[in-house]
Amino acid sequence: MRFAVSLLSILGIASVVGTVLKQNEPYENYIIKFGQFWFGLFEQLGLYDVYHSSWFLVILLFLIVSTSLCVYRNGPLMIKEWRTFKEHASEKSLNAFSHQATFDMTSGLNVTKQQLMQFLQAKGFQYKSVVHADGGELIAAKAGTHQRWGYIFTHTAMVIILLGGVLDGNLPFKVQEMLGHKRIETLDIPESQVPEASRLSTSNPSFRANMTLPEGTSDHVAFVRVRDGYLVQELPFTVALKDFRIEHYATGQPKSFESDLVIIDPDLKEPITKTISVNHPLLYKGIAIYQSDFQDGGTALDFNVWNLFAPDNQPQPLAGAIFGKGTLGEGDDALTVEYNDFRKFNIINMSPDGKGKPHNVGPNITYKLRDNKGQAIEYVTYMQPMQIDGKHYFVAGMRQTVQDEFRYLRIPIDDELSINGFMNFRAIMLDAAKYPEIARKIARNSLDVGKDPAVVKQFENSVVQLLTIFAQGGYSQVAQIIEKNVPEKEREVVASTYIKMVRVAAYEAYNMGLAANKKPLLVSDAKTEALLRDSLNSFSDMFFYGSPYFLQLEQFEHKEASGLQLTKSPGQKWVYLGSVLLVLGIFSMMYIRERRIWLLLKPDANQVLFAMASNRKNLDFEQEFNVYREQLKGLLT
Amino acid sequence: MNSNSPDYQQKTLLQRLNWQDWLYALVLAAGAVFAYTRYAQYMDIYEVGFLFGATAVFSYLGWQWKRLSILVLGIGAVSVFSINLYQGEQARATQVFLLKYLISSQSAIMWMNVLFVLAMATYWFALYKRSEFTGKVATALTWSATLFGFVGLMVRWYESYLIAPDVGHIPISNLYEVFVLFCLITALLYLHYEQRLNTKQLGGFVLLVVNAAVGFILWYTFDRQAHNIQPLVPALQSYWMKIHVPANFVGYGAFSLAAMVASAYLLANKGVLASRLPELDVLDDLMYKSIAVGFAFFTIATILGAMWAAEAWGGYWSWDPKETWALIVWLNYAAWLHLRMVKGFRGPVLAWWALIGLIVTTFAFLGVNMFLSGLHSYGTL
Repeated sequence: MRFAVSLLSILGIASVVGTVLKQNEPYENYIIKFGQFWFGLFEQLGLYDVYHSSWFLVILLFLIVSTSLCVYRNGPLMIKEWRTFKEHASEKSLNAFSHQATFDMTSGLNVTKQQLMQFLQAKGFQYKSVVHADGGELIAAKAGTHQRWGYIFTHTAMVIILLGGVLDGNLPFKVQEMLGHKRIETLDIPESQVPEASRLSTSNPSFRANMTLPEGTSDHVAFVRVRDGYLVQELPFTVALKDFRIEHYATGQPKSFESDLVIIDPDLKEPITKTISVNHPLLYKGIAIYQSDFQDGGTALDFNVWNLFAPDNQPQPLAGAIFGKGTLGEGDDALTVEYNDFRKFNIINMSPDGKGKPHNVGPNITYKLRDNKGQAIEYVTYMQPMQIDGKHYFVAGMRQTVQDEFRYLRIPIDDELSINGFMNFRAIMLDAAKYPEIARKIARNSLDVGKDPAVVKQFENSVVQLLTIFAQGGYSQVAQIIEKNVPEKEREVVASTYIKMVRVAAYEAYNMGLAANKKPLLVSDAKTEALLRDSLNSFSDMFFYGSPYFLQLEQFEHKEASGLQLTKSPGQKWVYLGSVLLVLGIFSMMYIRERRIWLLLKPDANQVLFAMASNRKNLDFEQEFNVYREQLKGLLT
Repeated sequence: MNSNSPDYQQKTLLQRLNWQDWLYALVLAAGAVFAYTRYAQYMDIYEVGFLFGATAVFSYLGWQWKRLSILVLGIGAVSVFSINLYQGEQARATQVFLLKYLISSQSAIMWMNVLFVLAMATYWFALYKRSEFTGKVATALTWSATLFGFVGLMVRWYESYLIAPDVGHIPISNLYEVFVLFCLITALLYLHYEQRLNTKQLGGFVLLVVNAAVGFILWYTFDRQAHNIQPLVPALQSYWMKIHVPANFVGYGAFSLAAMVASAYLLANKGVLASRLPELDVLDDLMYKSIAVGFAFFTIATILGAMWAAEAWGGYWSWDPKETWALIVWLNYAAWLHLRMVKGFRGPVLAWWALIGLIVTTFAFLGVNMFLSGLHSYGTL
């Protein structure tokens, strides 16, 4: 038993490790977290998948053996205790009991015996009487000895549950892997090219595999993830997905995930059609098919692509599909677009303090832009403008590595809720040919500038110069120039003058853009101020966007893929059987109290010796003993 | 004395029942039949089973423990009254006087909080003054708190359907709701033992843990607006929730009760308050009984959880952090019971262990949600 308890303690500690250290993460994450040395050590110890490591399995097996031995050794003893009345107890041993009393016998032996037997019966005791050689008689009674089964039930239950668990584990694969027959596949290759050594046949007794089916496709293999690789599990039938649906509550949160499945099997006369959903799996040929998750199944996408640094406002169309690739630009500067994910609904909490209600902000797409050296930047862009602090923006995020947070470019919408206002403004701000005109307009409208042509010229030149600098890198470029050319004391004054001038220029530029498109012009008010401030910020931020291309999602044709989990667990019924036994065992161990009573009738002394015992002494027993003693006293005297 | 029925004869449960008991069962059964005729089309076969099963269970519990039957009837009456005041409009929760200040789900839960705080103060005062009457007041306050708490949950159940029929669900689906449930179950378990073992002196101790939960509820309500009813995520839309969660909270509640009794035991053992607290034997016995109840229910809850997982997550055991910690809690108390029952261990060591067990239990209940991620992420803070 001590051995079993130590094993259980080790299991407990190992389990804690398994919960604290996130299991089954991609191995790169562990390397980043622990560094190469610790990563290797932990990998050797199997800490990334504690519950499937060899040592964990060995402990489980030891536990099964040791518990079985316990039951084997103590079981017969328990059954003996359960059956026996202990009717061979001697008077001497009864006298040594801590709970005993002696009463005088007032009636005859037989009457007393009858009374006592009735008493025992009323109290739910079973009894047996033995006549002693000296003419005395011992009534030995027992109640609640079923408690002894509690021991057998609980311990057998442990063994059965553990065996069931091992049955559903990956023991066969482990053995084959050790013998060198099987190995995991770590390369991302098409399923058909996965070698035989990494495939599990349909006769594999137990597995837990995953399958991703795009709508309108079918498959007859699933994937089992093992450590940093996978195995291909062949299925004895084909699963086809007709349709996948997500329903939403009015608040936008998902309400249900459903897949319309078709099972195609030569053994079947007609294919089985069934809709599965979370909590409602389909069971066929001992394999349960669960709705586990969903992802994109290759949604078709149409973009408008803006070259942020080109002084024109003509976007280029671009078409693609999730999991597909495309190209932007030409020659050495060409970038490959990898479309990674499309999400139709995004429930985000946009309130500034995080206390508001989350709501749906509409579709977004995640993609990567990879240069010819293989360096990639990840982007996420939302199709519809988002409301932030009461104003609406087109939002696109970028990050260099997966560990980084996305940094967002927020482009203010124009009066028609479109991005064109900003794009036109941007084009003019980048177009050096337009600067003299902007400068002229400012000079004309500005009251500070006198009529002296030389002064006007000088002013206009400085505006053009400022705009040229601003077009090279936004505010930060201006800041750099100031830092380089202006003495420290004057910097603040100069900076605020420049900012003011850029603002005024932006106003003119924005209006020029609007005029060129025959749109109503901006008027000078607070709303315009905010729009210009946001536009200038976006203009400055786009130099940090990582690439010149801004992809705006125009249209999509949604195609989803359902994530299915397929499991075969022959151990399940054993585990359930064990669980039932466990509950029975626990209840009988704790709520059935074994008590024994001996009543020794001694006709010679005209006395009755009453002794009571329990294998567990507690308050209830004390009380019961006292009650019985009083009742017996009343009965006999 | 009749020789056919000597005075030691014990009556069976059915023989002990009087007409009030039968009336009580009849009222429950009538309620269940009413619910069935009205809502059968929204229930699956299991839920119909639970409905009538609950009738049987609560009849039995009420027969065994009369005060509980009064509570059950009280909850039913007040809840029905409150629901009628709504007249099918959620907005009336803040318009009708009685609802706004007393028995809308939110107000009732607030009253529960207030009454639990008062009850604790009164219990301590009774302990300090050795006043039996004050103790009775404290007991009454605790009973009222559970009445309000259950009414709050019942009305919340109804309110959730007012938001939208597809949003409606039993209010044991997130951390806020189960905290209320925890307070109620712990209080009820305590009241049961208080009556059986006459241990009013322990009320202050037990209500410490209940009021810790009350504090959490208040923080969660005012800081996070957690009292707002949220629709169920797909994984929780199952009849299993209706049995798995309550079973689990009987476990948590009983373990917490045991830990609080253990703290009283340790104090009394050191001579602190020893003259005011019950005998060490009684404390020890109470601690054992409550851990035994907790362990039995926790076992059942874990098994039910495994069965649910086999339907929802693709396997009865996934080594999800919550599952794993449930196993650790289970092993912990299994060891405790083993030592006491098989080895006959007693005394302060077990009391310390029960107290530390509360830390393990709390981590399994709360810590896992706060620090670890996994499949059980419904209750995240």
